[in-house]
Parts: sequence; structure tokens; C-alpha cells
Amino acid sequence: MDKQDSYDAIVVGAGHNGLTAACYLAKAGLKTLIVEKNEQIGGAAVSTEMYKGWIYSNCSYVCSLLRQEIIRDLELPKFGLQVVPYRGRVTFSDKGEYLASYDDAHVKRREVGRISPIDVDAYDRYYQLVMRQCRFIRPFLLRRAPDPTSMKPRDVGELMFLIKRIYDIGPRDVGEMIRFWTMSIGDFLDEHFEHELVKASMAGSGIIGTGLGVYSPGTAYVLLHHYMGDVDGSMGAWGFARGAMGAVTKALGAAFESAGGVIKTGSGLSEFIIENEKVRGVALENGDEYRAPIVASNLDVKRTILKHIGREKLPPEYVRAVERFKIRGSSGKLNLALDKMPSFPLLPENGDYFTGDFSCNTSLETLERAYDDWKEGRWSAKPYFDMLIPSKIDPTLAPPGSHMMSLFIQYAPYDLNVNGVRSADNWNDETRKAFADAVFDRIEVCCPDIRQRVLHAEVRSPADIEREVGLTEGNIFQGELTFDQLLFNRPIPGYAQYSTPIDGLYIVGSSTHPGGGVMAAPGANAAREILRRNGKGDLMPALAEEEI
Amino acid sequence: MMKAQTPRSVTRTLAPTPFHDRLAELNFLNSWRGWNGFLSAEVFECSEKEYFAIRNQATLMDISPMCKYRICGPDATRIVNRLIVRDIRKVKVGRVAYAMWCDEEGMTIDDGTIFRLGEDEYLLLCAKHMYLWLHECAWGFDAAITDETEALCALSLQGPTAFSVLKAAGLEGAASMKPFDTREIEPGLRISRTGYTGDLGYELFTAPENAHSLWDRLWSAGRQWGICPTGMEALNLARLETGFLAPGVDFQPVHLALRRGRGRTPFELGFGRLVDFDKGHFNGRRALLEHKARGPRYHLVRLDIEGKEPAANAYVYHNGSKVVGHVTSAAWSPTAKRNIAFAELEAPYGGAVRDGLFAEIFIYKEGAWLKRNKKAKVVDEPFYRNARARQTPPNAF
Repeated sequence: MDKQDSYDAIVVGAGHNGLTAACYLAKAGLKTLIVEKNEQIGGAAVSTEMYKGWIYSNCSYVCSLLRQEIIRDLELPKFGLQVVPYRGRVTFSDKGEYLASYDDAHVKRREVGRISPIDVDAYDRYYQLVMRQCRFIRPFLLRRAPDPTSMKPRDVGELMFLIKRIYDIGPRDVGEMIRFWTMSIGDFLDEHFEHELVKASMAGSGIIGTGLGVYSPGTAYVLLHHYMGDVDGSMGAWGFARGAMGAVTKALGAAFESAGGVIKTGSGLSEFIIENEKVRGVALENGDEYRAPIVASNLDVKRTILKHIGREKLPPEYVRAVERFKIRGSSGKLNLALDKMPSFPLLPENGDYFTGDFSCNTSLETLERAYDDWKEGRWSAKPYFDMLIPSKIDPTLAPPGSHMMSLFIQYAPYDLNVNGVRSADNWNDETRKAFADAVFDRIEVCCPDIRQRVLHAEVRSPADIEREVGLTEGNIFQGELTFDQLLFNRPIPGYAQYSTPIDGLYIVGSSTHPGGGVMAAPGANAAREILRRNGKGDLMPALAEEEI
Repeated sequence: MMKAQTPRSVTRTLAPTPFHDRLAELNFLNSWRGWNGFLSAEVFECSEKEYFAIRNQATLMDISPMCKYRICGPDATRIVNRLIVRDIRKVKVGRVAYAMWCDEEGMTIDDGTIFRLGEDEYLLLCAKHMYLWLHECAWGFDAAITDETEALCALSLQGPTAFSVLKAAGLEGAASMKPFDTREIEPGLRISRTGYTGDLGYELFTAPENAHSLWDRLWSAGRQWGICPTGMEALNLARLETGFLAPGVDFQPVHLALRRGRGRTPFELGFGRLVDFDKGHFNGRRALLEHKARGPRYHLVRLDIEGKEPAANAYVYHNGSKVVGHVTSAAWSPTAKRNIAFAELEAPYGGAVRDGLFAEIFIYKEGAWLKRNKKAKVVDEPFYRNARARQTPPNAF
């Protein structure tokens, strides 16, 4: 079946950023097509019923970074999106201790004071510091990264904006900013806190999705990236998308279609059609071809450039830079259908109050050791996990009384080491099961009966995530969020403004500024850049809101 | 020493203070608010009645939620002098001093009272949590910092008949106490002639196990002297009349600010006289010297506003067009019979320029908002002050 159709713009990949970019292109009047390899849209933000009656957020699982400005502008609530904040997280240690987080500031203080009185005020101060840094970064999320080498008025304007923000946070916090962007989360927490569990409870956000350890420089920024989101203006808060994360992309898809866009699923990209350094369209694996002068790739930069464009069409320096881009798989997923709520005997009232993340990490040292395993190509013997039971507050995910549990697991390598051979092919049913067993052993620290509760388990290694979603090495951020790969260096120095060496071909996914997470900012920023370059910049509203 | 066992869980509600049972019996409106995570009465029965009891009779208020820290050891005086802007060496043992303390940039962290309990022993009372900050100021010094917020409970006995209540309670020894004196009047019971109302008053401190007996003793002694419990609402009016600042309301404690430029110096808050540059180094000294030379950027002033509608949250204009500041606290003063407010104005307004100020007041009346521009006059003295508050020995009423 060969088909040929012409569009104004084609978006490859129906992840949340591709959908967001497509929405803005369609709303600006461009005849826009999205092509998606999977049968359902959503990329890594999907809801799937893998066991009858239980809905999983298979990949991304929580929602905070999704820019409110975009939700509002695209009227996503009208298309069914509802984000419900969750509260109360708990960290368990191997010693039978736990540290919980409560909503009320005074209760939270009592809780920290319960295990470490000196860390109580320290927590307040640390939080202030993190929030100041978040306030600094947030206004950049919905702006194009400046090009420091350009004298174009817009780039100079963006640089001036950066300078003004630096002035606004003041000399002391500029110092802190440089530290935050370059230090390790471990060193940072060591400066503030004394108790190991207090530190461990906060360190997870610094390593999630990143092939680095808690003492690797650069991880402090990764923590900021997890704090700078908000739910209804409450900075650092996280929420569930009602109906699991697919609700985000379903709403985006519906918004796109209502703007006149067309979605074609079920066949992946074969290659970008390129003639004389100019993109002309896409050829799909099923033989269909679609033509358009604008093609936006939601695939990560490595996949876009290295898998779907002949190398001869690209400058070698650029290809080399793309190959160098760090996008390492470091995490896996475990989704569980539970017959009923597992017990949390260490928690008061069995933890009824807590609807947030559970994790089990005794100290920074245990986290660093977990990273050591990964470096050698093994999953961590004591993996870090971020565990949620969204069905505690979302009644749509599991039958009444039973529950859906989602675990983000770190570290798990992409190229698994089996008998000295490192390969993604080493991930099979047997290794997946052994990996899941290591995780269950850790869950038992807080839920001793977890194994008895499981009706169905979905285990996903980085290699599975790559195969199913398309993310290179299964890296959840489409490229690690370290300073060498941020702002005007993301993804490639000189190509930070969503363009590529191919005229008309853009990259709109999380590989671009401002990076990963279900944020939709790269997609929106890219759409603006595309429209601007085509003389239609004024057809898209300015989204960046003033930070008061 | 045995390590105390870590408790398994914390209280998730606002925590009752040691006086709570007594307060609850009297809180007819069941009107509570949180104060530092503790249950504190907003109003017991009628805030007007409670306010007038402060100015006319005697009142009891539970001030246990105040943050309380003990600084004790050979270097305690050095630590306190490093912390605060005034010279603690000039404060004798048995005296209490109002103090402010600043960060390196001279911006106010908090204010509070420091009790000099001994040559090398101090008790700091303040609104915000200072445990870590005190530890940091004490780093490398020889002194112990302990958080006694929950180890000491406290009552504030305020009003013209306060001394009579003490006397009737068998504490007539307090007769010789001058304002800002403190002493251990009985074993385990500390008293100071201090308060937040500007009237005659005392604050009493004891261990939580003595809370009920202290309350009952003062309460029964106070029956013939018109004793009345007071909540935060009445207290807030009394403190405004007498010119006491509320941290977080009248100024932004700098440690709790996310935004640049929100900190204020003691000069800008009207407390420049507390800053003692002659005592040697203290936190913020260098920056405060520069601020003093440059002059204040703001003036926190008292305003006497025409009309009777409180100017809460009002913008302050100069000559009708230019916004020069905002009101931080406002009320109708029933005793001074004036419409009073604290306002923060940008210099030179409130300093060199004091005329031509107006408050833009929004008034809600039965479904409609009215806007009134009212003349505001800067006043230097507290709105209300009385001689009985300072007289020693105090009168019976």
C-alpha cells in the first residue's frame, strides 16, 4: 500500500512534545500530520490496560513539569485532562526507620525533628535555596535558549533576559546557582544535613533518569529539574494525571484533531526524505510517503540523526557531536496489579495518609553503591526505586479495593553484562525476572507482603523501553540533564534552537531545551521557532508567564 | 547517657500546649489558629471584651508556642553579642532586652527578647525558628544551645490589675520588679516584667508539668481583678497600638524570603537606636555601617489616618498619584480613638517627606466596594502609652 499526500508540516512521533508542537502548528493554520509507529499515540506518556481492570502508566508516571501555560492555552482540561496533586512521601531505611513528608510545614518539621533535630531548620533553609534556584530557572523553560555567539537582536535580547535574571537573584545566589549547576547532589546534601536518612530521602530526585551517581558532579541540577514544576502554582508539587499518564497525550491528541490535524498510527519512520540539504517529507516503513516542507522530529536527537538520515547528507562534525550526546539508559520500570493494598507495618496507621512516593534508600552511600553496579553493566543489587500507588487517589485505575502500583527503578543498564559480554540482547525473560526479584526484595523492606499481592507484573528494562517507545537506550529524558547538555548546548552546540543542518527539519523532543520530563516545553518552544522561521511567529501566543 | 528512643510517629494535628485543657474550657467559640504548629486561641468569646480587659483589667494568654532557646556556657555572651545588633554586655543579669539580629548584609532575620539569666546564661524568645542559626553563630564557641520551646511553657499576664493578680496569687515579690526585670520568683517559676501589649504586664515561665497549677493559681487569684483569657485577635490590636512589630507582617524576615531585596535593616524598621557599632564585631555590622552612611531605603512608620475605616493592605500615595508604600498592619484603636497603621514607605517618604500622604482604602459594605482616599499623618510616638505600665512598684489598677 503506497500512499502519497502533501502537508504543510509533518511531526514524527506522537509523544507529548510531538503532539504539543503539532497542536501549535495546526492552530497556526498549517495542515499538519503526525505519524506514530505504535498503534496508540502517547510515546512515553500512555495508559495501558495490560491486566483486565488495571490501568498502568507504563513509562512516565507522574505529572508536575507539564507547563500550566500550555495546559491552559491548548485547553487540555476541555479535552479531558485533570491533574490531581498527591502528597506525602516516605523513605524507608534498612534499619527499620522511615522518614515521611507531610503537607503542613509544622508537622513536617516535627517529622524531621523526630529523627534529627538539627536538620529541622536546615530543611527549611535548604528548601528556600532550592526554591530560589527554581524561580531563577522557570522563566527560561518557555523561551528559546539564547545563542551566545549571535548578535541577532532576538539572541541579544534573550541574553539580556538571562543577565537580568542573574541580577535579580543577587550575588550570593548566583554563586549558589553555579554550584547547583555543577555540583553533586551528594555533596550538596552533605553540606546541609547530618542524618543519613534525611539526605537519602532527598537524593533520589538528583539521579532519576540519569547515568550518574549521587556523588557525580551535575546531579544537583537534576534535582532542581524535578523541583521546578508545579501543580496550580505550588512549586515542587507533583500530581497524577487522572486516568494515568495517557490522559495527557489523549488530551493533546484531541486538541490537535480539533485544530484540524491528522494522526496516522501503526507505522514507523523509515527515513526522512531529503533533497539538497532540504527536507521534503517522510517515508514510512509500510511504504507510505508524505510530503511537507517542514518536518518536526519528536524522536531523540540520536535516533533522528543517526538512524533515519543517510550520513552522507550531514556534516561530519555534527554527526560526531550527535554521537557524543549522552543518552544512557539507567532506569527500568515495574508496573504491578495488586489484589489489595500491601501492608506498610513500619508506618503509623499502615501509611493510609501517604499518597505520594515511597522509596527505600538508607543512605547516600547505598545509592552510590547502586550506581557502582550500573557502571559495571549490572542492575543494582539494592536498586533505588520511586514507588507510587496512584489508585490510592485515582479511582479509575483499578477495581475497588485493589490497586495499581508503579515503580521507577534505578539503576538498570541498557547493555546488560552477562558473563563479561555487555549487550542489550542480554535482556530476556530470565534476566528481567531476576531484575524484578532484586526490586521485590527491596520493596519487602517496606511492604513485606508485596509478593503475595501481585496479580500481574510488567517488567521493563531500558532495552524494552527503547524497543517499545523508541527512546535511545531507554533514557527517559532523551539525553541526560547535565550542564554540558543544557541551554545553548542542548542538544548540540550551535543547534540549540530546534534546527538541524537539514533545512526544514527540526527536533522538537526532550533532547532539546529545556529537556526531559512530561513538560511539553520543548514542543511548544520548537513550534514557535518553526512558525517564526516561516514568517508566522505572531500566530502563536507568548506562553512564558511572569514569575512574580 | 542513654540515647532516647526515636518515637515512631508525630502528631499530625496542631499540637495542644500544656495549658490547652484550661483554654479549651474557656474557648466558647472554639476558635483556634495555628501558631508555630501549636493550637492557639484566636478568640475565646469576644475579642472586644478581651482587648478591653488588656487595657482595663487583667488578661491571661498562653504564649507557650513562642520559640525559646537557651544559650549557656563560658562563651554565651560572645555568642549573643555576635548574634544581635545591640550590646548585651550592657544588659545586667536579671534584665531582659529587646533585640534584633541581622544577616551578613545587615538584613533583619527576626526580633525578640533576650533574658540574661546569669553571667553566662541567656534565654532567647522569638517568633521564628532559630535553632540552626544559633548553632551556626555558636560554631567554634564554648556554649550549649538548647531548644526549650517545648521544655518551657509560658503565660502572659497583662493589664492594669496584673500586679494585683500576682499579689493575690502570693507572688507579691514581683512588686520591686522594674520593666524588663526578670527573676526566678519561686523555684521552677520564672517571671519577667515584659509583654507585647504596652500595658502593665508580666510573663511567667515554668515546666509543662506545672502548667495547670500555674494557670489555676493565677486564674483564681484573678477572679476579683477581672481576669479574662485573651486570644490572638485582641493581642494583635494591643500590640499595634503600642507599636510592637510583628515579624512576617510588618517586615519580611530575611531568612524566609525567596526574592531579592525583601530584607530590611533595623534602621529601616525604625530601630536604628538598637544598633551599637561600638561593641565590636557583630553579624551585619559592616553592611549596617554602609546602610547608615547611605541612609535608609525604606521607612516603617506609624500612620494616623483620617476617618475610622482601618486601612488594611492599603497602598500609600504621595499627592494622589505616586505609590510610595503600603500598609502592613491597621486597626481602629479603641483606646487612642484613632485610625492607626504601620506602613512601609520608600525613602524619602516617611523620613524627610512626611506631608501629602494618603491611604487608598477599600471598604466592603453589603455587596459593594467603596474606595476612599484618606489623609495619613506620620507619627513618631506609639499610638498609646501609659504611665502605669512603667511605674514601680505598680499600682493596684
